Amino acid sequence: MNKYTTIFISIIFLLTASSTVFAGELVIKGSTTVLPIAQKAAEAYMAEHPDVKISLSGGGSGNGIKAIIDGTASIGNASRFIKQKEVNLANTKGVYPVPFRVALDAIVPVVNKGNAVTDLTLMQLKDIYLGKIKDWKDVGGTPGKIVVISRDSSSGTFGVWKDLVMKKERVIPGALTVPSNGGIVQAVANTPGAIGYVGLGYLSDGIKAVKVGGIAGSEENTLNGSFPIARGLFMFTKGWPKGDTMGFLSFILSKKGQNLVKKAGSIPLF
Amino acid sequence: MIKQRLLAQKIFFLSFKTAACLNGAALLLIIYFMVSRGWRAISWEFLTQAPKDSMTAGGILPCIVGTTFLCLMTIMVALPIGVSSAIYLNEYARQGTLVRIIRLGINNLAGVPSIVFGLFGLAFFCIVLKMGVSIAAGGLTLGIMTLPVIIGSSEEALKAVPNTYREASLAMGATKWQTIRRVVLPAAFPGIITGSILGLSRAAGETAPIMYTGAVFFTPDLPGSILDEVMALPYHIYVLATAGTNIEATRHLQYGTALVLILLVFGMNLAAIVLRSKMRKKLRI
Amino acid sequence: MKRQQIDKGVQSGFLLVALFSITALSLIIIFLFMEGLPILEHISIKEFILGKYWYPTDDPADFGILALIAGSVCVTLLSGLMSIPLGVMTAVYLAEIASPRVAEIVKPIVELMASMPSVVIGFFGMVVVAPFIQKLFDIPVGLNMFNASLMLAFMSIPTICSLSEDAIFSVPRALKEASFALGATHFETILKVIIPASLSGICTAVILGLSRALGETMVVLMAAGGAAMIPTSIFDPVRPLPASIAAEMGEAPFRSEHYHALFAIGIVLFVFTFIFNLIADYISYKFRQAGEASL
Repeated sequence: MNKYTTIFISIIFLLTASSTVFAGELVIKGSTTVLPIAQKAAEAYMAEHPDVKISLSGGGSGNGIKAIIDGTASIGNASRFIKQKEVNLANTKGVYPVPFRVALDAIVPVVNKGNAVTDLTLMQLKDIYLGKIKDWKDVGGTPGKIVVISRDSSSGTFGVWKDLVMKKERVIPGALTVPSNGGIVQAVANTPGAIGYVGLGYLSDGIKAVKVGGIAGSEENTLNGSFPIARGLFMFTKGWPKGDTMGFLSFILSKKGQNLVKKAGSIPLF
Repeated sequence: MIKQRLLAQKIFFLSFKTAACLNGAALLLIIYFMVSRGWRAISWEFLTQAPKDSMTAGGILPCIVGTTFLCLMTIMVALPIGVSSAIYLNEYARQGTLVRIIRLGINNLAGVPSIVFGLFGLAFFCIVLKMGVSIAAGGLTLGIMTLPVIIGSSEEALKAVPNTYREASLAMGATKWQTIRRVVLPAAFPGIITGSILGLSRAAGETAPIMYTGAVFFTPDLPGSILDEVMALPYHIYVLATAGTNIEATRHLQYGTALVLILLVFGMNLAAIVLRSKMRKKLRI
Repeated sequence: MKRQQIDKGVQSGFLLVALFSITALSLIIIFLFMEGLPILEHISIKEFILGKYWYPTDDPADFGILALIAGSVCVTLLSGLMSIPLGVMTAVYLAEIASPRVAEIVKPIVELMASMPSVVIGFFGMVVVAPFIQKLFDIPVGLNMFNASLMLAFMSIPTICSLSEDAIFSVPRALKEASFALGATHFETILKVIIPASLSGICTAVILGLSRALGETMVVLMAAGGAAMIPTSIFDPVRPLPASIAAEMGEAPFRSEHYHALFAIGIVLFVFTFIFNLIADYISYKFRQAGEASL
């Protein structure tokens, strides 16, 4: 019994007595749209500053902002601005959320590669997501049921879509929900009748981007303001950032960081 | 007349046999897909490196380490409590309301959905006890979840120890506790270990309890203390398949991770079964 | 004398530890209710359970979980349709029909099924079964109730099978032999004597299997589609209760409305499985086959 007890206790000791890292640890959570940027930046930053440990999570902009309010993350990624409700909640907890816009982005409607449709108006998009338009033939495609794919409520991308396309009306309950931009890409690529929406960084060969009112979602059209579904990508912190958090944010807002933004597929600020 | 009845029997028995075989077919189907699409991803690098390039390359070492630590924590919580509870129920307890209540507690604990455990773990361990997202919180949650399994199998193991052992020990003047410690427990040891490994294999494969209490999408270093968050095999499969930045590109990694998880779980089951038969032979008096 | 005291001390010690399970269960119930009941400040129980719209992050939010309950119930029942016959037939096969050598192969297979991690089953449903049934049944999308039910059936069958097998195994031999003596074939004996005799055990097994399907999270999270609607066909996507909790827990700030609503769903889920367990307990106690005289 004694031998085992010693081993047991030493295991516990080893597990607890290691570096209780407080300095040099960054926890970043939130938007899956911002995630590719955060990931590339984290890899580059950790290469330059080996003593800093950055851990990343997705989950959606709601997760990110909640993590800031609850104090469980240093940085909250969000692909939408913080809502008034969230600000109120933060204030009741004595938290002051500070926004940093790190990139620009456009939300592009996407359909399956086999879909003939290439252009939809904002009104059509809205009606599809309201469930008023149910068949592809009503918008100029081959007849077939429209499979509406949307994001979970925690998604910032969904938040912006709701504001700019749905004009705050509710998406039909029968819409499939996926938890990330990547999930939409996967679902739309595998479902012939599907329609979804993703950030610029997630456009890929497996899916087809659809123009909105004749305007394609691209960096150029976002910057010149002609593409209607455009937004900023943010990183929020709890109070004014200090130490490594500030270092990381400054890195992203530097030229090097903005190059990584471009590599990740989003639109750099400068 | 008898011919018809025998024919009916033949037909129905065949359908029963088919039903049983369908299970095997389903299991083999899943294994086949995981193996055929996942074996290519497995290599020495896969098992010993961390993810690279936004998770599209590299390996799953942090996940393996994380799952290992979570399992260690689980067993540290569930084994002492589980075996002690089983000892009480089997050796000491008299039939009465207290025992009925305890059994009710165990049975219902066994039926609680895994996500409810996750909710509880989040509210209690992460927030109230301020452990945050950590191995400690995740392990404690998994430990409570595994408790009924360990209690059940430990009780079985204790029941299987012949009463003659106990009576002989008491006849020689040992107290009840001495009897338990020196005679009953060692005899029940194989069964307890087997049950623990089986329970642990279930804990290793669980995702819902650790989703919000212990596991994260990506952390670059291996955990340094039990208050660190970790990556875990089942959670990794889930995030790569639903929330990753490039799901199709990491598909082979998802299959690979699933295969590793299956191998781990099946391996533990196999180890438990082999251990049980070996120890049984050894302790046969 | 000292040894007696140690013994008594040890016994009390063990009793204290054994009470841990009850303590844990009580803590779970307490926390669930503590964090979930505050939702009633915003919405009445009736609106919560019977409300058809689940839009928890809207302004104003809607917290009606009827669609979620419907999704859970439908998916569980559909999986039961598949898992109950398969599970019971396999149990009968193992206990009565199979030769010992065959049983030695089939039984471990069923146990291996039980140990397959739920996330792998969900993953399988999402990437293999979904495209397959999408093509096979010519339906718009393969992530739906049917897919989730198939996978849930896979998960419930081991539970139903092993518990039923235990029940069938413990039917007294005398009953079987009496039936044979009266000239019945093996199958007729199974149908008319053995199954009725083990019915309470089989019922318990079924209820526990269904309870497991109801509470399963990962499978429905990945394969059911996530649409918070009341299904009208088995190929509709649904959003069962556990999936909603798992999908949204990450974004609900601590003690916000949404947070309380999710805990309230947890309460509903817990109550369902608790009731299932109580029913199973009651059936196995009340209707157990004691002895051979009564059938």
